[in-house]
Amino acid sequence: MSHTSPPPVRRLPLRGAEAQVVEPAEQPTLAMPGAGGAAAPRFVSAPRRRAGTAMLALDRMQVERLSIAYGSKLAVDDVSLPIRQGEVLALIGPSGCGKTTLLRSLNRLTELTKTASMKGRILLDGEDIATLEPTALRRRVTMVFQQPNPFPMSVFDNVAYVLREQASRRPRKAALQGAVRSALERAGLYGEVAADLSHPALRLSGGQQQRLCIARALAADPEVLLLDEPCSALDPQSTQVIEQLIVALREQVAVVIVTHNLQQAYRIADRVAFMYLGELVEHGPAEQVFGAPREARTREYVSGGFG
Amino acid sequence: MSAATPTAPVAPRRRCARDSSASWRWSDRVGLAFAWALGLLFLAVTAAIVLYMLAQGIRYVRPELFVTHPAAGVSERASGGFLDPLLGTVIVALMAMAIAFPLGLGIGVWLSEYGNPSWLARLTESTIEMLAGSPSIVFALFGTLIFEQGALAFLSRTNDGVVYGRSFFAAAAMLSLIALPLIVANVREGLQAIPGHVREASYAVGKTRIATTRRVLLPAARPSVVTGAMLGVGRIIGDTAIIVVLLGATLRFNGASSVPLLGTLRGTGSTLTTFVYENAPTGEIDQPEKAFAAGFVLLLMVLALNVAVDVAARRGRRWR
Repeated sequence: MSHTSPPPVRRLPLRGAEAQVVEPAEQPTLAMPGAGGAAAPRFVSAPRRRAGTAMLALDRMQVERLSIAYGSKLAVDDVSLPIRQGEVLALIGPSGCGKTTLLRSLNRLTELTKTASMKGRILLDGEDIATLEPTALRRRVTMVFQQPNPFPMSVFDNVAYVLREQASRRPRKAALQGAVRSALERAGLYGEVAADLSHPALRLSGGQQQRLCIARALAADPEVLLLDEPCSALDPQSTQVIEQLIVALREQVAVVIVTHNLQQAYRIADRVAFMYLGELVEHGPAEQVFGAPREARTREYVSGGFG
Repeated sequence: MSAATPTAPVAPRRRCARDSSASWRWSDRVGLAFAWALGLLFLAVTAAIVLYMLAQGIRYVRPELFVTHPAAGVSERASGGFLDPLLGTVIVALMAMAIAFPLGLGIGVWLSEYGNPSWLARLTESTIEMLAGSPSIVFALFGTLIFEQGALAFLSRTNDGVVYGRSFFAAAAMLSLIALPLIVANVREGLQAIPGHVREASYAVGKTRIATTRRVLLPAARPSVVTGAMLGVGRIIGDTAIIVVLLGATLRFNGASSVPLLGTLRGTGSTLTTFVYENAPTGEIDQPEKAFAAGFVLLLMVLALNVAVDVAARRGRRWR
C-alpha cells in the first residue's frame, strides 16, 4: 500500500487524544421531575468517534411537515427536520417507527411502493424534491442499504456503473480510472482492492462489500448520503471502520443514518432524532438527546426502557 | 429397513436432523421407506430407458448415418441416413428459439419488473400458464388454421392459390409457443429471486428501471435465463406433433422454390423425432435400427442440454 497516499478517511482516526470524551462534569444533569427513575444510559460517558464538532454546518435538506402512509397505515406523521452538511444525523427509534420510511422518502424511494402516499414536502437546497427528476435527485441523494448489495460485476464496474450514463458501457474504463479510484479511496477501500479491481465484488468480505456500496454511493458525488443500518449485518471490526468513515465523510456530504444501535448513534452522530410510532418525538444534539432528553418517551427509550 | 427392528429403550437423547432413525416414530419410518422405494423405482425406470437406448443406439449408430440423406428403401441398408432430420432438428430449434427467447425474456422481465397495469399482468400470467398446459397437437391444429391463410402464403408452399401451410416457418412459430412458458417462468423466477434492496441500490444511484434491468438484474439472473432457454430447446427438439402436422414430416427437405435457403425454409422437412416415429416398428417405414440410432442421437442432445442447465444453474451468484 506504500504506492498510494492514505485515503482521506484515515484523517480522523480514533486516537485517545483526539477522541472527544464527554466529561462527567459537562454532562447535563437529569433534573426532570417525575422522570420515572430513568437515568442516562451508561454509554454516555464512552468515547465518541467524532473529533470535535464540525466546523461548518450547512442546511442541505429540509423536511417540512412530512406524512407518509402505506394504504391507511400512517408510517411517518407530520415530521419536520433539517438535514445539515457537516453533521451526522442519526434516526433512532423502535422497529416500525417510520425511520426507514423517512430515510427512503428523502430520495423518493418510497414512491416505488405502490400503496405509499405522501403529504408535506422535502426541500433540497431550497428546491422541492417532488419537482426534480427522480433519477437526478437520486444522484444527489444516494443511499446505502442494510444488506451489503454490490452488483454482480467487478469491483471497478460497481463504481463505474454509477458514473456511466444509465445502461451505457461508456465512457470506457481508462477514462474512469481516476473517478473510480477516488470513490474507493473516499470509502477507505482502495488499499484493499487496488491490486485487483476486476475482482468480482460478490467475493469480497461483508465489510468490504459494504464499503464498496458506500464507494458506489459516493461515486455519484452526492450532496446527501443516506445510510439504512449500514452496520447491522457486519462484524464489530468492519463496523468500526465504517463508523470512522461516516464521521470523516460528514464534512463533504450531509449524512443521515438510521440505526437500531444506540451506542452507535451516540458514537457517530452529531444530532439525533428519536422517532416513535411515526412521530418525531425529539430531535437535537446527541449529547442532549442521550444525556438530558426532554421527553419522557425518549428518556425511556435511550435508557433501554422499551424498544 | 434395519430401522424397523425394535430396539431396546434408550436414554432420551437430543433429537436433531442427523439423529439415527432408531428414535423415529413408526409413521415416519414407513414414510421414509416409501419415499426411498418410490425414488429408487423412478431412478430404475429412468436408468432402464437411458441405458437401453444407449445400448441399442451404440449398436446401430454409424458415422455415415449423420452425413447421408434419408432415402426410400425397403431394407435398413438401402434407406440412407438421417442427415435431413438432424439438420431439421437444428433448424427448427434455432428458428423457434429466435422467436421464443426474445419474446419470453421480454414477457418475463415485464411481469417481474413492471407488471403494470396489474390486470394485464394477471391476464398474461394465466395465458402463459394455459400455453404451458396445452398439448402441442392443439398448437399444431391452430397453426394449420393460421398458416393456410392466403395472407401468409409467402411462408409456405403455394399451389394454384392453395396454401399448404406446412413449412419450417409454420412449425417454428408454433414450436416457439411450447418453449415460451418455460422461458417466461424461469426468467421471472430468476428476477424475483433477486432481493428488492439490490434493485433499490441501483435506483438509489439514479438509474432507471431499464438500466437496472439490463446491467444488474439480467446479469444476476443469467443462470435462470439460460436454464429457461435450455429447457425450451429441450421441449422444442422433443416435440413430434407439431412437426408431423406443420412440417409435413417428409423424408427429405422438400423446398418450396429454388431459392437456396428461403426455399428450404418455406418447404417441408422432418426432425429426429418424426424420423424415429416413422422408423419405429409401428411407423410407416418400420426400420427399427434407424429409429434406435436416431433416438440415441436425440437422447444425447437432450442429455447434453440437461448437463448444460445444471452447469448454468450451479454458476448462480447469490446475495445473502
